[in-house]
Amino acid sequence: MLASLDWVTIVIYIALLGMGWMSVCGATYDFGQAGDFFDLSTRSGMQILWIVTSFALAIALLSIDERFYDVFAYAIYVAFMLLLLATPFLAHDIKGSMSWIKIGKFSIQPAEFAKFATALCVAKYMGSNDFNISKWWNFLTACFLFILPMGLIIMQRETGSALVYTAFFLMLYREGMPGSILFAGVSAVIYFVVGVRFSEASLWHIHAISLGHFLVLLLILLFTVGLMRVYTPKSRTPYLNVFFYGGGITVASLLFSKYVIPFDITWVQLIICVAVIGYLLYLAVKRNCGRYAFIALFAIGSLALHYSADFALNHVLQPHQQTRIRVLLGTEDDPRGVGYNVRQAKIAIGSGGLRGKGFLNGTQTKLKYVPEQETDFIFCTVGEEEGFLGCAIVLLLFLALILRLIQLAERQPYASGRIYGYCVMSIFLFHLFINVGMVLGLTPVIGIPLPFFSYGGSSLWGFTILLFIFLRMDATRNRFVHN
Amino acid sequence: MASNHIYENRKYVLGGIAVCIVVVYLVRLFTLQLMSDDFKRNADSNAFLKRIQFPARGAMRDRTGKLLVYNQPAYDIMVVMSEMGGVDTLDLCQSLGITRETFDHRMEEIKDRNRNPGYSSYTQQLFMNQLSAEEFSTFQEKLFRFPGFYVQKRSIRQYAYPNAAHVLGDVGEVGPADIEADDYYQSGDYIGKLGVERSYERQLRGEKGVEILLRDARGRIKGNYQNGKFDRDPVPGKNLTLSIDLELQQLGERLMQGKLGSIVAIEPSTGEVLCMVSAPNYDPRIMVGRQRGRNNRMLTLDPLKPLLNRAIMGTYPPGSTFKTSQALTFLEEGIITPQTTYPCSGGFRFGHLKVGCHGHASPIPLIPTIATSCNGYFCWGLYYMLGNRKKYETVQEAMTTWKDYMVSMGFGYPLGIDLPGEKRGLIPNADYYDKHLGKSWNGLSVISIAIGQGEVTLTPLQIANLGATIANRGYYITPHVVKEVQGEPLDTLYTKRHYTRVSRQNYETVVAGMRQAVLGGTCRAANNEWYEVCGKTGTAQNRGHDHSVFMGFAPKDDPKIAVAVYVENGGWGATYGVPFGALIMEKYINGKLTPESEAKAEAFANRKINYGSSER
Repeated sequence: MLASLDWVTIVIYIALLGMGWMSVCGATYDFGQAGDFFDLSTRSGMQILWIVTSFALAIALLSIDERFYDVFAYAIYVAFMLLLLATPFLAHDIKGSMSWIKIGKFSIQPAEFAKFATALCVAKYMGSNDFNISKWWNFLTACFLFILPMGLIIMQRETGSALVYTAFFLMLYREGMPGSILFAGVSAVIYFVVGVRFSEASLWHIHAISLGHFLVLLLILLFTVGLMRVYTPKSRTPYLNVFFYGGGITVASLLFSKYVIPFDITWVQLIICVAVIGYLLYLAVKRNCGRYAFIALFAIGSLALHYSADFALNHVLQPHQQTRIRVLLGTEDDPRGVGYNVRQAKIAIGSGGLRGKGFLNGTQTKLKYVPEQETDFIFCTVGEEEGFLGCAIVLLLFLALILRLIQLAERQPYASGRIYGYCVMSIFLFHLFINVGMVLGLTPVIGIPLPFFSYGGSSLWGFTILLFIFLRMDATRNRFVHN
Repeated sequence: MASNHIYENRKYVLGGIAVCIVVVYLVRLFTLQLMSDDFKRNADSNAFLKRIQFPARGAMRDRTGKLLVYNQPAYDIMVVMSEMGGVDTLDLCQSLGITRETFDHRMEEIKDRNRNPGYSSYTQQLFMNQLSAEEFSTFQEKLFRFPGFYVQKRSIRQYAYPNAAHVLGDVGEVGPADIEADDYYQSGDYIGKLGVERSYERQLRGEKGVEILLRDARGRIKGNYQNGKFDRDPVPGKNLTLSIDLELQQLGERLMQGKLGSIVAIEPSTGEVLCMVSAPNYDPRIMVGRQRGRNNRMLTLDPLKPLLNRAIMGTYPPGSTFKTSQALTFLEEGIITPQTTYPCSGGFRFGHLKVGCHGHASPIPLIPTIATSCNGYFCWGLYYMLGNRKKYETVQEAMTTWKDYMVSMGFGYPLGIDLPGEKRGLIPNADYYDKHLGKSWNGLSVISIAIGQGEVTLTPLQIANLGATIANRGYYITPHVVKEVQGEPLDTLYTKRHYTRVSRQNYETVVAGMRQAVLGGTCRAANNEWYEVCGKTGTAQNRGHDHSVFMGFAPKDDPKIAVAVYVENGGWGATYGVPFGALIMEKYINGKLTPESEAKAEAFANRKINYGSSER
């Protein structure tokens, strides 16, 4: 079996662990400290312990027959769901989060382990021969399987960890979920983020016009035109006319309001959108084609979502919740809170330059300017001490891991293996996207760890389990095919 | 196989998403890390606390080694709000000698970010400044009971004696202009404002050191950056030895009490200023610490202008003391010989022009002329010089020659003393008269300059320097108040001899005249049995009562001291000038005053001249 193991992945895994450990050393080392990184009273020493136990765990997992998971997938899933359910009652409060269970000297976070259980369960369910993603019942059940742990984790007040489960949609997309659902979902997120982020800004300093409204309505028009272009017969749909008329009127009214009489042009945009919807519905009826209706539905949904999100944010949520969302999206300055963290993270990374300040020589991370420097913001240490070159190596290693996982998943003989592989890959991609993006100030600050880098046993074990179950599946993928 | 191959191409979409994300992040990293230095600077200002280490400012001693100016430790009480727990406020207030209200008020001030923009509850904030050692001692004993309170040692300038304020000067906080001019200074630093404190600022201030400390996010200090590899120790300022003799200065200031004017004494062989009195004076000790601003304003507004150093900033008609310079010029130019006589019957008469003189024998040669201070003689001398068309083609040329003599004696330009603000006085030249009198002027038009009146003005320092030049028989060394800078040679300006245009032999004639003045002329009161004094009085006319002037030196053949005395509105030169000059010489040469002299000094010290309340 050793020969059929995917050593490429294992080498990447070990390289990432090695760089991760150096970063933890850098992040927790204090200037003037004696510097025994293996001392178990320090975090770098503890991380060594987690790494060594992870290796042991990996070897153990490689020796467990993959058929074991096939048999016990549902049982494991149920057990973890029960554990997640019980966690808030067993947990003690750590900074408002109820997700840590204390066992002796150690605390573990069940949410980190629920990922592999969910992935196994979804893979088994979707891999069965009667599963057909185009049956809405099957599709919803698959969604339910990962939305359940998401809900349970939100109850533990660990929103960040819960959001990771949205990564499963990437796997669903690969398995045949209509791309439009992915598109609609991404669009919804974009509307929300853009709308809230620019809601306070005004267009050309004309106070009445919100830049957020303007941009979202513009996006709705563009997305609608784009959908017409992709999903309807090109020769018969005047999507270009819609684009030019809509865009032309928008630009004209924009200029009119800037230079002649200032007025709220978002009304004009709304009228354009309604007109386009009307036109689409007319085409749907005239040509008896459902696709036009769906696109119209998309536009209507977009408008509804935009206005209801705006209403919910301003009128339904409590003021402190509003603040938190705004700070998260960067519209409100909060020098000592989230805004401060991102700013300090950027300073730490930016000060690294091309080659960085050298191992243990970072000042920003060591002097605690960067918050959560050994967990969620660990990438700052890489940026400060190893510079652009170090960051590029880490990002390229992650990219190599993700692309390799896609390759491995695609070569699985069974759907369940492939699905599980895509789950693993999606989870890694989501963590990379959110974690590094937040440190670089590009994505909202959502507290999730960077795999293999962030300090902590639970997350390291969780990712190791996730990865090595898949490596075992991959190693023995041809066992039955050849027989 | 359950895989549906229609969707296999979607792996490219997913792989593409991953590649896009990584590429976007790499571009972002590139811009953050390689495109701008801002973050690096931000990081440094975050993490590095540059703590300035202030050097001790140099001390000053007088020529006999008495400590005049030094630094005294003062203590600033600092507070860190976040560490201030369980402090017994009452106890604290008691040991600092403040009331509870003051305490609360001060705390509010510190926390007010409008007034204290750099406020952080984690860093030291100034609570009280410049406590003296006594005020501080009670507090120090109890310091351990007040968590969050710290002490920062500073030093403030101390002046040991109430004398020589104009020479010593003072220090004050730098202004925006100082910071602009020299980036060594930062807001809150101290700089010399007047006197030696200002002119020797560079030597006195030393060089600031810097300690680069690592500061964590809460403002706590985590040690020195790279174990202090980049730290720099402060270089202490250099100590100065002044040429001033404190006791002489004190005597001079005592004599000038209640009068306006100046006494300047110079050691002729070195140009060292032995005393420099400007009256009225002030106590330099009031220009220190918290009350400096108020006192400075008070002195500025005083109509008698006590801040003005009259010795170098007051420009006065030199009166008859100037005749010595005229005698030297006429002798050197061959206008007169020591034997030349001019008639003087109650003064100089030419047509309608008359310059009065007092009664004395006439005609007389040069030496007794100097001794009796005959006006007529010098008027004739100047008249013949400016009218000599054989020697000078025009009156302008004659005037220019005359001016060159004056300038060579140190008149008309600042001498270059090592004190700020020296004035040049006025020596008119040909252009000056061309402009003011038209082209057709002659010796008669300007005759009064021959007797140190008219347009001519000198500073008391220039008059004293004239005395020193005559004592040296023809040269002077630029007067200076700093005798020695620790570990640094004196500027060559203060060691170089400046020769005048007059030869030594002509100086001997004038010296003889000045000796004669003491033995049997206007300066008889300066005569004594210990050493030979040479002198010249002056009685300078002006709008009000005459100024009393004296210039002299002693001993005649081995001059130790040259003195100029200028008492505004003091009357005859013999009234104040001569006795003051005599006392200063006696004090310096003998090291003490006889009881009779002491009684005389005391009597003079108690005499006041009424100046009215007019602006001066």
